[in-house]
Formats: sequence, structure tokens, C-alpha cells
Amino acid sequence: MIQPASPDLITVNVDGKEIAVPKGTNMIEAARRVGVDVPHYCYHSKLSIVGNCRMCLVEMGMPAVDPASKAPVIDPATGKQRVNWSPRPTIACATNASPGLHICTTSPMVKECREGVMEFLLINHPLDCPICDQAGECKLQEQSTGYGRGYSRFIEQKNVKPKRTLLGPRVMLDDERCILCSRCIRFSKEVAKDDVLGFVDRGSYSTLTCYPGKKLENNYSLNTVDICPVGALTSTDFRFKMRVWFLKQTNSIDTETSVGVNTVVWSREGVVYRITPRENGSVNDTWMPDSGRTLYKQIREGGRLEAARVSGSVADLESAVKAAAALISGAKVAVVGSGRSSVEEQFLTRKLAARAGAEAYLVSRVGQGDNLLVSTDKNPNVRGALVTGLISELPKPSLGALGERIDSGSVTTVVSVGEDLLAAGLSASQLAKVSIVYLGTHDNATSGLAKVVIPTLTVFEKHGTFVNQQFRIQRFAKAVPGPSGSSDDLVVLSKLLSAAGGEALGADVGSLWPSIASEVPALSTMAYSNIPDTGLLLDSSPWSTLAFAEEATLHFKPAAAAPKEAPRG
Amino acid sequence: MNLQAETLRKIDEVIPHYPVKRSAALPLLHLVQEDQGFISNEAIEWIADRLEIQPINVYELVTFYPMFRQKPIGRRHIKVCRTLSCAIMGGYRTCAEFQKQFGTGLGEVSPDGEVTVEFVECLASCGTAPVVMIDDHLHEKVDAARARELSDKIKGEAKTANR
Repeated sequence: MIQPASPDLITVNVDGKEIAVPKGTNMIEAARRVGVDVPHYCYHSKLSIVGNCRMCLVEMGMPAVDPASKAPVIDPATGKQRVNWSPRPTIACATNASPGLHICTTSPMVKECREGVMEFLLINHPLDCPICDQAGECKLQEQSTGYGRGYSRFIEQKNVKPKRTLLGPRVMLDDERCILCSRCIRFSKEVAKDDVLGFVDRGSYSTLTCYPGKKLENNYSLNTVDICPVGALTSTDFRFKMRVWFLKQTNSIDTETSVGVNTVVWSREGVVYRITPRENGSVNDTWMPDSGRTLYKQIREGGRLEAARVSGSVADLESAVKAAAALISGAKVAVVGSGRSSVEEQFLTRKLAARAGAEAYLVSRVGQGDNLLVSTDKNPNVRGALVTGLISELPKPSLGALGERIDSGSVTTVVSVGEDLLAAGLSASQLAKVSIVYLGTHDNATSGLAKVVIPTLTVFEKHGTFVNQQFRIQRFAKAVPGPSGSSDDLVVLSKLLSAAGGEALGADVGSLWPSIASEVPALSTMAYSNIPDTGLLLDSSPWSTLAFAEEATLHFKPAAAAPKEAPRG
Repeated sequence: MNLQAETLRKIDEVIPHYPVKRSAALPLLHLVQEDQGFISNEAIEWIADRLEIQPINVYELVTFYPMFRQKPIGRRHIKVCRTLSCAIMGGYRTCAEFQKQFGTGLGEVSPDGEVTVEFVECLASCGTAPVVMIDDHLHEKVDAARARELSDKIKGEAKTANR
């Protein structure tokens, strides 16, 4: 079906500026398009509209028409159609734009409304910003600066409510700070489909709570913390760890599955403190699973490889690369690449495999998905391996074929890019028959058996790209420096490649991309710096016949090409 | 849930009166409370299950409306009006007298399990203030003396019932 070039557009006027917006746009979004901020708490673009905070009150006017003839009424003074302003304010979140709608956000009445609403919201709100985790990213704090009075007329006692309720294993609630916007309730019901939150004792003592005996413990519970406009819901993991204004934000990608959830990594002085979702309307909206938020802990987890090792003794990078190259040249090599490597690393892995005349394998990680933002493929970048040509078929469930080749003696050296070969299905006796070169971040059974071990970086410590399940190529950036002793995967791979007699290729994304663009057809028109923050969709048609493991998730429907089971009967 | 057959019949009858099942939550709560005397968590879950909603949605209602009780009360429910007219005409004294007669506190079950005395808002009989409702019966102009009479009557009835 061919879409009309422009959807049904209507013209509205926001503070004197005319703008065309699609029909059905609400007043907040219409104002946002002309850069006018309408303060709000309960409204969230991805949730249903309830209109209970009243903060977004604006003045609304419609062009005047003669009641009888429906002819426009022209103001003789200006020669333009007169506007009938409504005598009372209206909430911008729940009012959709209609043709000719006028919105005024700057009038004295709007100012008075905002001040009034702010005053009521602040009546029972504790003044504990100095010890509140939300300070610095709190809408109430921001807007009381903008629209608050600066002093309080309230002389009565404030309400006392529970200050430390654990709603679930990851979410802590301070009921006194809650402004009853109900975003968390709507999120739980509408997005997470786990309707456990609600207000009880409605009235002066309205309290947010879970149904007795239930917990907010679904894998999306921390999104309620993100959308909480105040400090009522806080993350038990991040609580009291760091002031948000000290943190540096770096765009990244959630590596836990092939959904490729867009994230922001918050770090300070080389330490990551939290991961939050980044809005991408084509991938994850504004959500992310809780499981992806703790991945940063692997950075400082024990078992990080600290120095290159050759035959068990510590070596520097150069000699480790030389030793690895010696194991590769002239030997019968197999390369086990990784669906967790970036596109750039997979490209160099492919070059290395080609140079060594090796067959490349990939470790499959198919598991349970939740049809929302956790897909069934736990590798973030299997499609990157297909696009770069590292593999041409989907990875087999086990490395059995490689095991057979080891047993028959047709492989004598295995290069593993971050993959634990024992966990991937090879036996210890098979691994004893080959020399292993291991590039990776953490100690595991394979690194213990390897002849050469070279420590590399986690996703938080390097730049690169992943191709997600939609064939969307998305960038991630370096948030923190890697630990001393480890080297960027690209540096190691390109050194290894040239030491094995291959061509000298760039050792960072910037200098490597021209080579990638010239050799990978799907990426031929691209440069690393040109990939937008929300990613770029690649042409997936060359791989349309492959039976990918993924089931439908948010903004993703698997291609109907290969039905898993033939219909019976 | 151990509901009487009659209550179950009424529940089945009332649900289709509404365009969406959820709307029947309030009538169901009333029916269950009439049957059981109070709304237990088990009852909340039973109603939620019946209306295909989550228990939290029913729990919100139960905590909002003062007429729904989450704990059992005495065999008789004495509701004393405390809204303006009755308050002026001595509703508080009436209430205190009831509490004294049964040796109980406000909102508690009396030691003999016979009554629960509570304040309620306007019973819509301001002209005959102070008024008291005992179960479903309205008693007008209930001053302390009349409260004593009513208390004695309840006690007497309790004795005959127990014998």
C-alpha cells in the first residue's frame, strides 16, 4: 500500500506561531514541535492519558464563525479571523489539535494556573531534595524553579506517609514524595502487563502500593523509576550512589539480546553507575528490561583478565601477538567468532580467518524471549556477522562440527574471540588436542586452557556498531576507559592480522570503516560517523531465506519466510 | 469463598447489567459484604477473578469507600451520625453513651461480640437529629437516655438469642 505523502495535516497556532501537525496530535506535542515546553507530570507520550496532574493547563481558542451562516468572523482592526478564547483553561495533554486551534502558554492566566497547581503539589511534598536521589533530574524541582512561589504559605502539618517501602527487589518507594501522577501504574498495566500497582486510601492519604502479597518484580520494573517525575520511586541499585549531575552520559546499546535496546551509560571518573533506556521509537520506545541495566557490573566484576599470557606466563601485547601469529601461520586453523563482537571486530575476524585459511564459527545463544524487549536470540550481533560475511549461515546450536574436525585432526589451532569453547559444547579432551588463542575480557575455562591469552574490552570500554534483529545498525560509544593491561579488540585483531601476514588495517573504528565500506556490500554507502543515534536500517533481503530464531517483540515482526513448523492436517 | 447460594445467584444476575464486567465491582463488593460481614483479601481476589481484573483494582475500591470493611464487626452495627445537625444536637454524647453501655471503643468489636459502634456521615434526617442507624433501622432523636434504652434492648435480644 502506498502511504499518502503527508498524513492528514492541520494547522494550529501556538503562542502566535503557526505549525502543521498530524490530526490527533495533542496540544503538548503540538507545542513541542514549535519548541514551546508545556510543563507536565502525568502525561507520557507512550502511555495512556489520564489528565490528573493538571500541570499542563493552557489557554485554548478557536477561530470565530458566525453561528448562523458558519462564515468566518473577521476582526475589522486586523483584517484576520477573530479567535474566540475559552474563558477557562484546558489541559493540553488530553486536548487534541483541531484545525485552526490556538494555544496560548504565556498568558497571565496560564502562569497563575501553573503556580496554583505547583503550590498544591508541593503542599505535602517533603523538602528533602538534598537527600533525594532524583535531585537534578526531578521534574518537580525543575518546575518549582520555573513556576513555584519560592516560599510556602502552608502553615499546617504535612502528611506523614511511608518513606521506605520496597515495592519489589529493585524498586524503593517513598510515598511522601509521590505526586500521584499514576505513570508507574499505567506503565505496569499497559506496557509490562503486570497490573500490581495502585492507589489505596484515596483522599488526603492516597498511597501508592502493591496488592498485599504481590511485588513489582517483573523484568521491566525499573522503567517505573525512569518515568517517575519525582523521587518517589528509586532504584535500589543506584540509590544513594552518585549525584546525577556528576555523571557523564554515553550512548550505548544493550547487549543482552538481539533487540538492540538503545541505552545511556552514566559514568564518572571511569566508573559506570547506571544504565537507563534512550528513546528510539523504532526499537524500544523509552523502555528497557531490568536485566540489561546490571550488565555494567561485569566491568568491575572479579575474573577480569589483567595481562596477556603466553603459555601461562605474563607477556606484553607484542610478544603475545607474535606467539599467537606463530600458532596461526602454517597451522590448520579454525576461528570461533562471536555474536557479541561488534561489526568492526567481526570484519577483522573475517579477515583473520581468511588470512589463516580458517573456517569461521559462531556460538549460538538461543533462549527464552518475553515478546517485549528480550528476544530469543541472546547474541546482540548475529546479523552483523552475516552482514560482514564472517558467516553465511546461522550459527548451529552447538560447535559439534568443529569438534569433529578437531577429533579428525584437521584443526590444530583454534582462535576464540571471547567465546568459552567448553561452554559452547567442545569437550576438554578436544580442547587438549589443539592450541588455543583466546581474546576476551574475563577468565573462563577456555582462557585457562589457552596457549595465548590477550585481554580485551567490554562493550562499555570501546566504540563500535551492532546490527539488531531488524537489521538496524546502531552505534555504541566508549563510556569508560578499559583496565590497564587490556587492549581494544580492534587493536589486537588488526595486529594479529598483520603479524599473520595479512594486510595492515585500521585499528580503530574511524580508520577501519573505509575498508569495511569498500568490502562489505551492505555497508558500502556508509561511514561510522554518519550513522544516526537511532540507527540505520540495512537492506535485509540477502538474508531473507534464513530462519532466524526471534519471535515478535516490540516494533519487530519476524519475516514470515520460514515457518518453524509446517501446518498439520 | 463460602458464599450463600442466594448471593451467588444475585452476583450472576448483576454482572450482565453492565457493558463491561469491571463496572460490576461495586455491586459485587456490597453483595459479598452483606454475605460475609466484611471484605477479606480472599473476597477481593475472588471478585477480581470473577470480573477478570487484577486484585489491586478491587483493593483500590475497598480502601476508598468507608462503607467497605476489611475486618469483621459485631453482630449489630450501630452507626451514629456526626454531621453538622446531629453534632450540634448531641450526636457525640449519644455515641459516647453507646460506647459506655457496651464497654467498647469507636470502631471496635465490643467484648461480648455483640456490637460495633461507629460514626458515619449524614443519614439524611437532620430534622430529627441526633439520629442513629442500627443495622438497617433508623432511630430518631437519640439522646443519651434513648441510647441507653436502645442498648438495653440490644442486650435483651442478645440474651434471648443466646438462650
